Amino acid sequence: MPSRPQPSFPEHDTQPYWDAVKDGKLTYQVCTDCGAVVFTPRGQCTECGSDHLEVRVSSGTGTVYTYSVIRQNRVPAFAELGAYALAYVDLDEGFRMLTNIVGVADPTKDVKIGQRVKVEFEAQDTGDYPIPVFRPV
Amino acid sequence: MAVNQARNVAIVGLYEWPKRVDPDVSSMQIKARSIKRALDDAGLTWADIDGLYDANDGEGGGGLGLSAYLGIHPRVIDTTSVGGSSYEFQVAHAVRDIAAGRVNVAVLSYGSKAASQRIPIGTGGPRSAGNWQANMENAYGQTLISNYAMVAMRHMHQYGTTSEQLAEIAVTTRAHAMRNPEAVQAMQDLQFMNIREITVTDVMESRVIADPLHLLECCMVSDGGGALILASADVARGTKKKPVWVIGSGEGIEYRRNGSDITVSSAARSGPAAFAEAGVSPSEIDVAMIYDSFTITVAVMLEDLGFCKKGEAGAFVADGRLRWDRPGAPALNTDGGGLSSNHPGMRGLFLLLEAARQMRGESTSQVANPRLALAHGNGGQLGGNHAGGTNILAAD
Ligand SMILES: [Zn+2]
Repeated sequence: MPSRPQPSFPEHDTQPYWDAVKDGKLTYQVCTDCGAVVFTPRGQCTECGSDHLEVRVSSGTGTVYTYSVIRQNRVPAFAELGAYALAYVDLDEGFRMLTNIVGVADPTKDVKIGQRVKVEFEAQDTGDYPIPVFRPV
Repeated sequence: MAVNQARNVAIVGLYEWPKRVDPDVSSMQIKARSIKRALDDAGLTWADIDGLYDANDGEGGGGLGLSAYLGIHPRVIDTTSVGGSSYEFQVAHAVRDIAAGRVNVAVLSYGSKAASQRIPIGTGGPRSAGNWQANMENAYGQTLISNYAMVAMRHMHQYGTTSEQLAEIAVTTRAHAMRNPEAVQAMQDLQFMNIREITVTDVMESRVIADPLHLLECCMVSDGGGALILASADVARGTKKKPVWVIGSGEGIEYRRNGSDITVSSAARSGPAAFAEAGVSPSEIDVAMIYDSFTITVAVMLEDLGFCKKGEAGAFVADGRLRWDRPGAPALNTDGGGLSSNHPGMRGLFLLLEAARQMRGESTSQVANPRLALAHGNGGQLGGNHAGGTNILAAD
């Protein structure tokens, strides 16, 4: 790629997540009142409404829940890419994340539901933030 | 049919903008002219409008701006805007407002220039940045289609659904479109390659846009619009056409959640609510107008609305069972749908227009003596944040 759209700030919910990404960490939130896993990052627990959310670091391993190989995208950063795999990955800690599956020879054949994958932080040509993507293990 | 079924509110006027590519008008002109023609259809006047429902479409400024453009002072303004399902939600709200005596004549309208303005609805990227969702999504090149495609991929994995089965939905819809002169004209104006009935093989041989969805499984992008007039039973008794009663409605939303089943849509919430209010069951429905942004949308919603069991839509739609002239199953999207008649971005209004035409006996693929129709709109993106609105209509 790698000149993907960068997150833009100020944005209060996602700034800590992206600061951690810069340090090579994939983070999620856990409610200290009810134990719910919260993702994507936000200010309140989605189960009980508490604002006592603790940031934890994920192991970065998970399973492909579903995917699609995108053949056409008119946004310039993606238009020239050729086919690429968009996916939801269920991380082992219990949160679901939108991402791309990279490092496969042919995404139309080599990505599968149920595949085990691990996060990596893809450096970008432009912008301050690497982008967390996943590669089959 | 339940004896206590309420028949307090009816669709009394309707109009669908006939052209799908119309560079010579604005969205506001489409909305306002459609409102006038729908009032004419009902035999009502501009001054009769006392409830305005608007989804913030067009160049218009929503309920306030549209009121100013029209020169009216409605007593109720509802600007519910939940994408393509806005109109099913608005019908639910209009029924509530009319039943409460706050409105006598409710107007819904839609106008869009999506084709003339070349808006890449399906294959364009994100339009916002710097918010809690965009900052977690924009880096990954998600397109609108890809959300639906990920639902289809999971549905295939979980239930063994095939592309050939999904293709049947596009084949049925095209057969209906070929009977609708406005849909045929739309395909000509939008320069479709093969304007004829299509086969499962045609669908399978069209190019893949986002696996597993092919081009012929995706709706068109057109201009268009229209208007719908609802009225109280008192008003409906004096209108020109046979009233079409709204006997049940339901609203629901769904969104991306940790551990959720992505193959279950908001229709699983809105559908049962609508059927319960109407006091009827899915097997009694003669005409099913279901938002066909993509083939998978229809498959998932047929299941969630209760027409078949979860995971069985592939078999349910096989062999042209949902064609207009086949008994034993509801006729699906008899105007040609978003796949082959029109899709200016928010198709929910057209579902209601065709459902009402069927109840009046005015469709180009008219089901024989229908009693009940369902309209189910979907707004937002299946698999991601989306809203579902279900209305059940009864013939007079
Ligand atoms: Zn909690």
